[in-house]
Amino acid sequence: MKSNITLIFEKGIDEELQNYIPEMDIEVADLKEIIPQILLRNDIPIPNVPEIEIVRHFVKLSHKNYGVDTGIYPLGSCTMKYNPKICESIERLPGFSQVHPLQEENQGSIELLYNISKFLGEITGMDGFTLQPAAGAHGELAGLLIMKKYFEHKGIKKEKIVVPDSAHGTNPASAKMAGFSIIELKSNEQGEVPLDHLEYAMQGGDVAGIMLTNPNTLGIFDRHIKEITQIVHNNGGLCYYDGANLNPMLGICRPRDMGFDIVHLNLHKTFATPHGGGGPGSGPIGVINDLSPFLPEPCIISTENGLVCKESAGKSIGRIKSFWGNFGVIVRAYAYILALGAEGLLRVGKIAVLNANYLRILLQQKYKLPYNRICQHEFVISDKNMPNNITTEDIAKRILDYGIYAPTIYFPLIIQGALMIEPTETESKESLDYFVEIMNKIYEEAKENPEILKSAPHNLPVKRLDAVLAARKPVLHD
Amino acid sequence: MSYEFPSDLKYTTSHEWVNLNDSIATVGITDYAQHQLGDIVFVELPAIGMVLEKESNAGEIESVKAVGDLLMPLSGEIVEINEQLAESPELVNSSPFREGWMIKIKIFNTIEIDELISVERYKELVKSEE
Repeated sequence: MKSNITLIFEKGIDEELQNYIPEMDIEVADLKEIIPQILLRNDIPIPNVPEIEIVRHFVKLSHKNYGVDTGIYPLGSCTMKYNPKICESIERLPGFSQVHPLQEENQGSIELLYNISKFLGEITGMDGFTLQPAAGAHGELAGLLIMKKYFEHKGIKKEKIVVPDSAHGTNPASAKMAGFSIIELKSNEQGEVPLDHLEYAMQGGDVAGIMLTNPNTLGIFDRHIKEITQIVHNNGGLCYYDGANLNPMLGICRPRDMGFDIVHLNLHKTFATPHGGGGPGSGPIGVINDLSPFLPEPCIISTENGLVCKESAGKSIGRIKSFWGNFGVIVRAYAYILALGAEGLLRVGKIAVLNANYLRILLQQKYKLPYNRICQHEFVISDKNMPNNITTEDIAKRILDYGIYAPTIYFPLIIQGALMIEPTETESKESLDYFVEIMNKIYEEAKENPEILKSAPHNLPVKRLDAVLAARKPVLHD
Repeated sequence: MSYEFPSDLKYTTSHEWVNLNDSIATVGITDYAQHQLGDIVFVELPAIGMVLEKESNAGEIESVKAVGDLLMPLSGEIVEINEQLAESPELVNSSPFREGWMIKIKIFNTIEIDELISVERYKELVKSEE
C-alpha cells in the first residue's frame, strides 16, 4: 500500500504530445470578442501526460482505496456488510437505470416502490411507508416533522423530545432541526434507559416523545423496551425508533411490537446497498395508521385501475425530496430482500449477532469491555487499562498498518476511549479470527513496544496526521 | 492518573469549577474534564449580558474526539468571557484553573451556592468515574 503520491500535475513531460483534437472546420472567432475579459485566462493547467500515464496514475490511486470488497470493515454503527453483486446487476438493468419519473409509462417502477413499502411494513410492523428520505438523518427529520404536525393537528403544544445518551448523535441534532428542545437521559449502569428518570422527564407535559435506538450504540438491547414505550404513551407521547441498528433484529422482532409509532430504516445499512464516501443513502420511514395521513406526499395507493400516485388530503408534511427518493438504492434493497426471502433475512439477524458475540468473547481476554454482556450487532471496548497509556487512536492507527479498516473510535461518548466494533453477518470465521489475531498482536505491542503504536501508521502513504493542528489552524485554501 | 484539585474552589457534578468572589463567580472546567476531552480545538462561549439559569447550556467545548457542554453552575448574568480562548483554546488544556477560565457570572441566587460540591466530594466523584 505504501508508495509515493505524485499529483498528475507533477507528471507532465516536455515533449509535445500527439494532438487528438481534430482540425477546426468552422471559422475561428476571436475569444476577446465573444467572452467577457474577466472570464478570459492565459493559462490552462492541463497536465501534459500521455494516455498510458493517465491510466496508470488513476489505476494506482484506485489501488489505495479500501472497501468491504477488499477486507473486513468493522466500523461500528455503520453496518458495512458486503453488497451482493446481483443487486448491482439488477439495478443496472436498463428498465431501472434508464427510466425517468416524468415519462408516461412508469407502472413497473411504481409497482416496485409499492411492493418494497409492503415488505418494509412486514419487516417492521408499520402500516404506512414513505421512501422519499435520502438517508437516515433525513428520515429522522421527516419522522419528527410528522410528530410535530400530529400534535399541532390535535391542538396540543409539545416542545421537547427525550433522547438517551446512548443514541446516535443524529437523534438530538434532528430533533433540534425540527424545532424541539432536547432532554438528555443518562443511561444506567446496565447501559439501558432508567425508567424512573424517563417517567420523571415525561411528566413535564410538553414532551412530544422519545427517540430511541434499540439495540443502542453499545450494542445492547434494552430489556425494558415495552415498559419504556408504555411510559411514553401513558404520558401522551410518541415513540420514534432509530432503525440504524435494525440488522440484528431482522426477522426476530419488530419495532411495532416493541411499541414504536415511527421508524426509519437505513436501506444502505441493513439492506446491503453500497454506502460510505458520501452516499447516496436511503432512509424510508414507516408509521402507524394514526400517523399515515401525515406522511410526505405523494403516496402510492392500490385501486381497481392499478397503482396510482395520490396527493394527500392536506395533513401531509409535504414533499421532502424530489420524486421518489434515491430510486437506484431502493431497487438494490428490493433485490436483496427478494434474494434472501424471509428465511434469509432471519439468518442475517442471527449471524450478525453471532459474529459480534464471537469477537466480543475473544477480544475481552485482553481488552476492557465496560458493558460486558451478550450484545447484538456490535460492542464497545475501552482504552482504559491499556498498557503504557496507549490510547484508542494509537490502536486504530496501528490497525490500519495491518491492512484492516479501523472500527469507529471515540463513540459513543459515554465510554472512555471507545472502540466500537460491528463485524456484520457477511464476515467468515477466518476473517473474524484474523481480526482477533491482529488485535492480540497490537495488545502485545502495546506492552512490549508502545512506541510503534504511538507513531503508527507506518505502512500508509501518510504518517500520523496532526489532527489538533488541522482543527485549530485549518488551511482552507492555498 | 493524577489530576489537580485546587482546594479553594467549589465544583459541580458536571465537572465545572467555580471561584466565588462576592457576587461574581468565575467558571471553567476541571483538570479531569480537560483530560477526558483531550486536545481542545474550539470553545464557544455565551454573549455578555445573557441571563441563564443554573444547569442550562452556557457554551460548547470541542476537542478532536468529542464535544462537551459548559453548564451554568449557578443562575446569573454573563458579565465577562475569556476572549483569549477564541484564539488559544489550548489554554483550557494547559491551565484549566487559571488562564483557561471561561465565564464570569453575576449571581442572583445565593442559595444555589450551597448546592455546589466541595473538593473532597468532587475527588470522590472523579474516583468513581475512573
